Amino acid sequence: KYYYAFNILKIELYEMGWNLKDGLRECLVAAAPYGGPIALLKGHYRRSPSARPQLEIYSSSGLPLASFPWKSGVVKQLGWTVSDDLLCVQEDGTVLVYDLWGGFKRHFSMGNEVSQSQVLETKIFHSPYGTGVAILTGALRFTLATNIDDIKLRRLPEVPGLQEAPSCWAVLTQDRQSKVLVANGSQLFILDNTACTPVTPPGLSPQASSIVHMCVSFSYKYLALLTDSGHVWMGTSNLKEKLSEVDTKIKTPPKQMAWCRRPKSQQPSAVVMWDGLLIVVGECKETIQYHLDDDSVLVPELDGVRIISGTHHELLQEVPGACEEIFKIASMAPGALLLEAHKEYEKESQKADEYLREIKEQSLLSEAVRQCVEAAGHEHEPETQKTLLRAASFGKCFLSNFPPEQFVSMCRDLRVLNAVRDYTVGIPLTHTQFKQMTVQVLIDRLVYRKLYPLAIEVCRYLKTPEYQGVSRVLKHWACYKVQQKEESDEVIAKAVSVKLADAAGISYSEIATKAYESGRTELAIKLLEFEPRSGEQVPLLLKMKKSPLALSKAIESGDTDLVYTVVMYLKNELNRGDFFMMLRNQPVALSLYKQFCKHQEQDTLKDLFNQDDDHEELGNFYVKASYKDQRLEARVALLQSAVDEYYKAKNDFSAKTTEDEMRLLRFQRKLEEEKDEQLVGFSLQDTMTTLLSVGLHKHAEQLYKDFRVPDKRFWWLKLKALAEKEDWEELEKFGKTKKSPIGYLPFVEVCIKHHNKYEAKKYVSKVTPEQKVKAHLAVGDMEGAAEAAIERRNESEISTVLSRCSATTDHLLMERLNRAKATAVKK
Amino acid sequence: MAHTEWKDAPGLPDFSLLKRLARDQLIFLLEQLPGKKDLFIDADLMSPLDRIANVTILKQHEVDKLYKVELKPIFVLMFTDLVNADKVAGRFRRYKIIFTPQKFYACETVLEEQGVYGDVTTDEWNFYILPLDDDILSLELPEFFRDNFLEGDQRWVTTAGSALRLLQSVYGSFSKVYGIGRCAKMVYESWRELMEDGEQRTRQPEFAKVFLVDRDVDFVTPLCSQVVYEGLVDDLFRIKCGSVEFGPDVTSSDKSIKVMLNSQDKVFSEIRNEHFSNVFGFLSQKAKNLQTAYDKRRGMDIQQMKAFVADELKGLKQEHRLLSLHIGASESMMKKKTKQDFQELLKTEHSLLEGFEIRECITYIEEHINRQVSMIDSLRLLCLLSITENGLLSKDYRSLKAQYLQSYGIEHLLTFANLRQLGLLEEQQAGETLTVMESKVGKLVNDKTVGKLTDAFSSLAKKSNFRALSKRLALVPKSGEEYDLRVPRDMAYVFSGAYIPLSCKLIEQVLERDGWTGMEEVTRMLNGQEFAVTEARSKTDAQRIVLVMFLGGCTFSEISALRFLGKERGCRFIVVTTAITNSSRLLEALLDNSA
Repeated sequence: KYYYAFNILKIELYEMGWNLKDGLRECLVAAAPYGGPIALLKGHYRRSPSARPQLEIYSSSGLPLASFPWKSGVVKQLGWTVSDDLLCVQEDGTVLVYDLWGGFKRHFSMGNEVSQSQVLETKIFHSPYGTGVAILTGALRFTLATNIDDIKLRRLPEVPGLQEAPSCWAVLTQDRQSKVLVANGSQLFILDNTACTPVTPPGLSPQASSIVHMCVSFSYKYLALLTDSGHVWMGTSNLKEKLSEVDTKIKTPPKQMAWCRRPKSQQPSAVVMWDGLLIVVGECKETIQYHLDDDSVLVPELDGVRIISGTHHELLQEVPGACEEIFKIASMAPGALLLEAHKEYEKESQKADEYLREIKEQSLLSEAVRQCVEAAGHEHEPETQKTLLRAASFGKCFLSNFPPEQFVSMCRDLRVLNAVRDYTVGIPLTHTQFKQMTVQVLIDRLVYRKLYPLAIEVCRYLKTPEYQGVSRVLKHWACYKVQQKEESDEVIAKAVSVKLADAAGISYSEIATKAYESGRTELAIKLLEFEPRSGEQVPLLLKMKKSPLALSKAIESGDTDLVYTVVMYLKNELNRGDFFMMLRNQPVALSLYKQFCKHQEQDTLKDLFNQDDDHEELGNFYVKASYKDQRLEARVALLQSAVDEYYKAKNDFSAKTTEDEMRLLRFQRKLEEEKDEQLVGFSLQDTMTTLLSVGLHKHAEQLYKDFRVPDKRFWWLKLKALAEKEDWEELEKFGKTKKSPIGYLPFVEVCIKHHNKYEAKKYVSKVTPEQKVKAHLAVGDMEGAAEAAIERRNESEISTVLSRCSATTDHLLMERLNRAKATAVKK
Repeated sequence: MAHTEWKDAPGLPDFSLLKRLARDQLIFLLEQLPGKKDLFIDADLMSPLDRIANVTILKQHEVDKLYKVELKPIFVLMFTDLVNADKVAGRFRRYKIIFTPQKFYACETVLEEQGVYGDVTTDEWNFYILPLDDDILSLELPEFFRDNFLEGDQRWVTTAGSALRLLQSVYGSFSKVYGIGRCAKMVYESWRELMEDGEQRTRQPEFAKVFLVDRDVDFVTPLCSQVVYEGLVDDLFRIKCGSVEFGPDVTSSDKSIKVMLNSQDKVFSEIRNEHFSNVFGFLSQKAKNLQTAYDKRRGMDIQQMKAFVADELKGLKQEHRLLSLHIGASESMMKKKTKQDFQELLKTEHSLLEGFEIRECITYIEEHINRQVSMIDSLRLLCLLSITENGLLSKDYRSLKAQYLQSYGIEHLLTFANLRQLGLLEEQQAGETLTVMESKVGKLVNDKTVGKLTDAFSSLAKKSNFRALSKRLALVPKSGEEYDLRVPRDMAYVFSGAYIPLSCKLIEQVLERDGWTGMEEVTRMLNGQEFAVTEARSKTDAQRIVLVMFLGGCTFSEISALRFLGKERGCRFIVVTTAITNSSRLLEALLDNSA
């Protein structure tokens, strides 16, 4: 079964399911790495105007995915992107992008220069930045785009002395930059953004006069050159080190050359293919040769080379270390012994024990288990996998602290791998590739191939978190489902909601967006209803011009910012009338918009109030506007508008007050002109205070009468003003004009405040009985206070007086008070 | 201290972590623009920023010059001018606007309209929470109150939700969430939504219960004069971001001194929750002790003296400095607050709370207005009167309003419109009975969408029902009983024994009942909107740490009351507030006499 030689092995992956009449002859072929799809452009080389070429897409096992006649221009090169999209580079430099199912996605151009001088050769390459395209034009210049999803065209410098197409070239990724390696005869150049640097591979045999072919390894770390003398030079791609050089003894130029090397492997090996012949070259002088029956294509992979022919699909690989150790004839490696032990155990033979003991004596049992598990991972045949895993499991029984993770995850991985390698799925991944690619990407690929049930199974089996796993798959399924034109909105909406019901983290809005994009607005709205987060519904609703719905959803979400977004959008979208009408039904939005207007658009605010007949607010609006204006006339005019509105709002109080304010303003203005006193803008009280303080008593009185100022207020005011001017005579007169509405205690207090005890005493007698004690105390008349308190027989007042007496001077008084207090309490 | 703390009161989580998170993010944002840079900072952000990253740290990250920008609403416009000026001058700089705590769509719209959108990059500094103290976390959003309750602008709801989420992701999930108020409900929902979007982490929670409360559930408490030391300091000197500037009358020198007020200050932490009548006595006792400690050095030999200087002197000096400051402050307080008029003011407030001698109160308020004693205080008394009396009689309403306008100018018409909208100052509606009002509210509340639509106008249908609430919850102790402020027996001590803060009483009741059952009558009077949700079960110490989030601000008196409650019940309260507020800040936010 195995063809061991030089530790290279070739295994068959599939017998191809396609039925190609002429094999791959006359086909332009491109196969994606990581077991990706295969694209064929049939009849490409025939160039007869009558027969159009046919573009066909197959899975790795040759099952048809798409097929259609090629109607565009002449294709120079086919290639796949990292996300399994097909790139078709045309002669004029246009690149067409198709999906896996042959659906046209988009196209882009490689620039004017390319389209003018036409494409000579093209290479499609993958780097950490995505998929790139490199073009050699008819003018013998290179143009390069590193990432087709973010196209930045770079035209590389000229290669000196290049008269005709170079003998061969390749794209390298070095120092985070894509470079081109060009061979012109025996000369070798590296082209980067700025310069063209000649380079020499160390130790290249001198008999070569031309480099006819070159290839770079999957990792871009190694380079192989084939010379016209038939020598293969292998070394590092930075051209610092030579690994080996082998003579193939064939001088005709090959069809294809590729690296066949595992990551971390010590031995370089490359595969060169001619018509009907495949040669593997390695470290030693000898080569391995395979005969090819059929036209074939080499597909370089991370850990080997796939060979696709018209009938078969094979994998050429360096034998993995673990497998070699175990399966090498007469191997004494621990893994081999464990496998043997297990075989004997199955046969119920005691030899099992002997083998086991042998391993255990060298304490290599855990190493043995590890080897078996690892080897199982590299095997493609489920039976072999099982045998190895059983052996590992058997060995594990004799180990106490062996961590189970490796074994368990290998079992899981293999189950998944076997499932996707199945003929019907056709993704022939090796374990190494799978680990590099990650489960997420694998699920993506399954989804892309519309293998939803399998994808979900894989997620569930590998216990991928629902967010990244099942939910994501379901979302993709739903996005696909909504595009199915033949089913009715109801059916689809129902199907989607039933399937997605209990999945976590589903974004219905994304699905709805897809539905909308495929022209099904009604379905989109139906789907949005399932979206629990109303905030998510809004952007799409806006896009679908369902503004009222969008607005109410935004409000429902409670996210003010979102409401703002919608309001601003509507403001620009609708005419003013409609906009206002819509806001009117949405108080939250309206109040937000008012907020905005308050800061940005005062006039709009007014319009809004007008529309609502909100006279109260309009009144407030004018009042506010009035004190922003400096000119008196304008202020009065604005206040008049306010008065009108307040009357309309039946708010007589505000109207009257505002009218008063207008009167006050006019009065202030008049007085300002006459008396040169700063008054405008003062409150009534402040105006009166100012007037009194400058002695304009008449005018103050006038205000008092005109504005129905309460007596109390006026008395307080005048009292204070007179006291401040220490106009005691006038104060006395004032006090006698009529009976004070605020009583006479304030008179006493104000005099004391201005340290005039003499004047204060004048008013004590006028104070009401209730306040007598306070008044006496205020002027410091203890006797009087005591007298008043005792007279009123008020216990608390007596106590107050007592607390103010000093024990030394008021001895007698205190006695009297105490006695009076005693009787007051008795009562 | 008068009470003994529970021996096993749970320790508080370490909130300095939040500061570190915020600082690291800021530094990351600064480092994204390598090289020297100038920083323009919104004036309101200065103090919080200083608590997170001081000038030294900023300089380390190549901040060259710092500019303070005062023009708040048009910050973006100022920025536009700057960019254009640079363009004219031919200067080339890179511009970045960092929005905090979050960027709003409208900001980008304005930038776009101004035509500088392409010139700048924008970023968010998700600085949600500033820990002011061991048990106080602030969102530093003073505008929350006006925006949310007056303007009906709910943009801060998500911010509050994000803050909760931040707390949850750092300190573990909550087991129980209670709340009351429309905004509280929205914050809760916004937080739930954020949680669903993100990853769930299960870890041992450091606090398990959360109580969300809207400021408009209880307007009475913030309108009362504060008499607990910390509250009084805030009323008199205005504490800003946890620090206060004591003027010359306190420091008894010609300089002002900025002091951090938090639990690090040993003197302050002992008096902050005390009624101010006790503070002076406490401080003088403390001064005596200090003297004794100083006196120790007499009769020491050299060795002892050395040890004294090395170990104790610095601590004593520090304490000395703080003590003299607080003595200065309380002196200045006593001067102002023991005067006759303050006593009368308090008496009036207490009468209003009790509902006695309302006529006298009205007369007092009238005089207060007529004499122009204080614009804010007059307004405060008017509001207290209205809330406690369920609105003013038409006659009083008009006359008081007219007098107020005569004193302070007609522009306060707008202030009154605002106060009415919030239900702070209303006219009693003749003929409209309570039941009519309630059935209206009830209808709105039942229908979820309608409820949401009417959010903005919720306050229109608001009645305070203070008197009935007060009876039901026994907020006002019976008058006539002696209340020893040295040995407080309930939370009423924060208002001289005259009133238990409604907000705190609600929290106490709900925690006691583990929900709202049995309080249907109360919630009905508070317009419903209460909720209690069990998120997860947990049986750890965390159960005894309760997070209380005030939406719209809370006062130091409330914090003191909760600290007291915590001591009584053997649990700890952590207060998260949109900002620290008091009566002046609350009312100033509602003034409309400028702009």
